[in-house]
Formats: sequence, structure tokens, C-alpha cells
Amino acid sequence: MGPTSFDLNLLSLWSPGWGGVLLAGLMRSLEVAVGGFLLGLLIGIGGASAKLWGGKVLRDLLEVYTTVVRGVPELILILILYYAGTDAVNKLMLVLGLPSVDISGLAAGIFVIGVVQGAYSTEVLRGAIKAIPAGQLEAARAYGMSPLLSLRRITLPAMLPYAIPGLSNLWLIATKDTALLAVVGFSELTLVTRQAAGTTKAYMMFFLAAGVLYLLVTLLSNVILGAIEKRARRGLSREQAA
Amino acid sequence: MKDEATLVPMTYAPPKARSLLEPHRIALAAVFLAILVSAAYFMRWDWLPRYQDRLISGLWTTMLMLISTSVVGFVFAVPLGLVQVTGPKPLAWLANAFCTLIRGTPLLLQLWLLYYGLGSLFAQYPEIRSSWAWPYLRQAWPYGFAALTISFAAYEGEVMRGAFSGVPKGELEAARAYGMGRWTAFRRIWFPRAVYRTLPTLTGETVLQLKSTPLVATVTVMDLYSVITKVRQDTLLTYEPLLLLALIYLCLTGILVLAFRLLENRIPSRGN
Repeated sequence: MGPTSFDLNLLSLWSPGWGGVLLAGLMRSLEVAVGGFLLGLLIGIGGASAKLWGGKVLRDLLEVYTTVVRGVPELILILILYYAGTDAVNKLMLVLGLPSVDISGLAAGIFVIGVVQGAYSTEVLRGAIKAIPAGQLEAARAYGMSPLLSLRRITLPAMLPYAIPGLSNLWLIATKDTALLAVVGFSELTLVTRQAAGTTKAYMMFFLAAGVLYLLVTLLSNVILGAIEKRARRGLSREQAA
Repeated sequence: MKDEATLVPMTYAPPKARSLLEPHRIALAAVFLAILVSAAYFMRWDWLPRYQDRLISGLWTTMLMLISTSVVGFVFAVPLGLVQVTGPKPLAWLANAFCTLIRGTPLLLQLWLLYYGLGSLFAQYPEIRSSWAWPYLRQAWPYGFAALTISFAAYEGEVMRGAFSGVPKGELEAARAYGMGRWTAFRRIWFPRAVYRTLPTLTGETVLQLKSTPLVATVTVMDLYSVITKVRQDTLLTYEPLLLLALIYLCLTGILVLAFRLLENRIPSRGN
């Protein structure tokens, strides 16, 4: 079996084919990507609010967080957070007098992707909130809306058209960043592909197959995100939306 | 949302001076300094002198990878962007498909496809094995270089497409009115104007490229990251080498950003 062989039986979903293994890897990649993106969004909402309305110290600390995350390669952040995160949890368990636990790769992966994504979504959301014309918020106040009501009725919907392009980009980055978890041994799509390729020696075929899977995720995401963006932008004139 | 009042200022407030000497910043700096000093004091750094030479040569490899792939990638990005704007339909479609393909898959996968896939493919053919190129193709760095170059070309090609189509039509018409040929107009007007428009994003793309370089360590290129991996294996230290690595990359990012800002400031601008 040479590296050029394109024995499609190897991609079969059932043993001895590796198709099922690849799809399972894809599922794990997507789980981490979804989890990490949502965690990042959560951090981003908190971070953006704190950067806009928080105290001085908090703002400076967040500035350090976003600068460091954006200035250090994701691969290195993932390694540091992976070890530090699992270490910290086990130290905590020790302090609480509980036996040490094995952190699941999934939880650790979601944590590291989330922390990395959080820095970027903080910036995206902060920019989007700042892009809302001040008059709209003043009008909400003039109507006597409480801060929470004006957040729900004005700030969030008015921010969406500015935030969605950035967030779409972050989602695409999240799906691709999961591949970096291969380096810490998390068996997502890229790592299982390498294992399948190494076992069968059909390198080209498996890497191309994984590439097709990633590309499908990207293209499908593009379609869905495009529809969401169009919906969020309804009612905006073209130059407002640009 | 704690206080909406700060969001909607009632009276004019002058913009706050951003100074490093505000009291809370001095306090924060002191805290960070304390952390830094205790890290230097309590953690183990005795391995540093032993690996000094290898670290420097690794840093050199990383820098070389960054600069060469960015420059070559940019050279490819210009035609990739240009044909998408003015090229014949099939070429434009091809360039677009290339950009989508590369931007839609992880760089690590592309790198492994080139190194393991193409690498083992090349090894099969005796003609390639006996050719002049084989001594190079047997090493890892050409694959790392190729993967990084292709990735930069695709991302920057997309940016160049936007930049070329964003140059105001009137400027190109003025060039035609002056009697410039297509090539002269491109060389004198279209290309410089487009590059100028991409400068701010070029900084970001180059930083992203810097942050992608450690991936080449996974195919045994001896860059900074793989030297650090070697340190970790030899000394069994988890954090110290990684923290040093993060610090070095942070400094490199800072230097890159500053260098681009200097470059941008040197170019005279009159609006955009």
C-alpha cells in the first residue's frame, strides 16, 4: 500500500475502513469549536462590558489579557493553558482534600480555545457596541427605559450587525484552531487523520479527505452565517451597514 | 451596564489623558514586576546558559521563516488579488477557489499534507530521488516554507483583492487620461495605492504569520519552538521554557507592530 494509493475502501465507515474514525474526530473537533466559541463569547461579553463601563484597574487588566493572547502563538497558549489548567484543577482538588481527577481532553480543549477566543471576541463586541449611534441610547433613556431594558431592546439588537461579521470570522478561526489540539494529543480530526494515514500509509488520501471535511464545515458555516448576517442587517441602509 | 450614565455623558468631559504614571497603573506595574521577579527567583532558569546558542539559532530560523514566507507570499498575493479583480473569468475563479480552499482548512493539516503526503509521494519516484532537488526535498524546511508561503499568499491575496477593487475609479481614469498605458498605470497608480490601503491589515497578517511559524516544529524544523520542546524534554520542566517562549514571541510581536507603524508613518498620506 503506497502513499499514492487511493483505495477508497479505506474511507469506508466500518472497520477496516477509517471513515467512521474520521467522522468521530470531526465530531470532537466541532464539539470543542462550539464549546470554545460559546465560552469565548461569554468571556467576550463580560470583557467588552468591563472594558466599556468597568473600573480603571479592570480595564487595564483586560488590556493585558487581550494583548498577551493576541501576541503569543495559539499553539504556545494552548500548551501553557492545557498544563496550567489541569495542574490548577488538581491543586484545587488537593486543597479540598479530594482525589486528583483526570481532566477530560474535551473540557481542557474547550477551556483553552475559549480563553483564546475570549480575547478576540472582547475586541469585536467592544467595537460593535461603540459603533451604535449614541442618539439611539439617549432616546432609550428619554423613553424612560431601564438600563436592562435598553440593553435588551436597543444595545443588543443594534450591535448585532456590527458584531456578526467579526463573530463569524471568530467561529471559522475556532473550527481551524481545534486542529492545534492535535499537538497536545487530543484526538480531534487532524490527529486521527494522521494516525489513520500513518497506519495505512495512504497519506495523501487521508489528509485530502480531512481537508474536504474541514472545507465543508467552512462552506456550510459561510452559508448559515451569511443568512444570519442578512437577517441582522435588515432595515439598515447600505452605507450604514458597510 | 452598571451605570448607563457613563455611557451617555450629559456634559462634555475632556478625553482622559492616557498616562503610564496614573496611580493605579504604577500599582499594577509593581504587581507585575513582583510576579516577574518571583518567577525569576523561584523558578528554575539554570538551563538557560546551556541552551543559549541553540535558542539563538532557533530564533534566527523563526525570523528567517517569517520574513522569507511573508515576502514570497506577498509576491504571490499580488497576482492572486489582481486576477480576481480584472482577470479573465476562469483565472479569477481559480484564484478565488485557491483562496477559499486554503483559508477554509487548518494550516497544520496543510503542512502535514505537504510533509507527509507529498514527501512520501516524492520518495517513490527514482527520477526525483536522483535529481538535484532531492537533497532539499529530503529535509523538512522546504515543506514548512511552502505551507507558510501558500497560507500567507491566500490570506493576503484576499486582502489585495479588496485593496485593488477599493482604489477609486477616478484615479485610474485620470491615469488613462494622462495617456499612461495599462502597465504604467498599474505600476504608478493602482499598485502603490492598493498597497498603501493594505498597510494597516498587513501588520495584522504578518503578526498572524509570526504566530503560525511554530507549527513548522511539528515537521522537525529546528525553530525556536522546537528548541524549547527539546529543553522541556531534557529538563522535564513544564512551565519555565514555555513562559520564556511566550515572552519572546510577545516581544517579537511588539517589535513587528512598532516596525510597521514606523513604516506607515514614513509614507505621506492625505486622507484615504
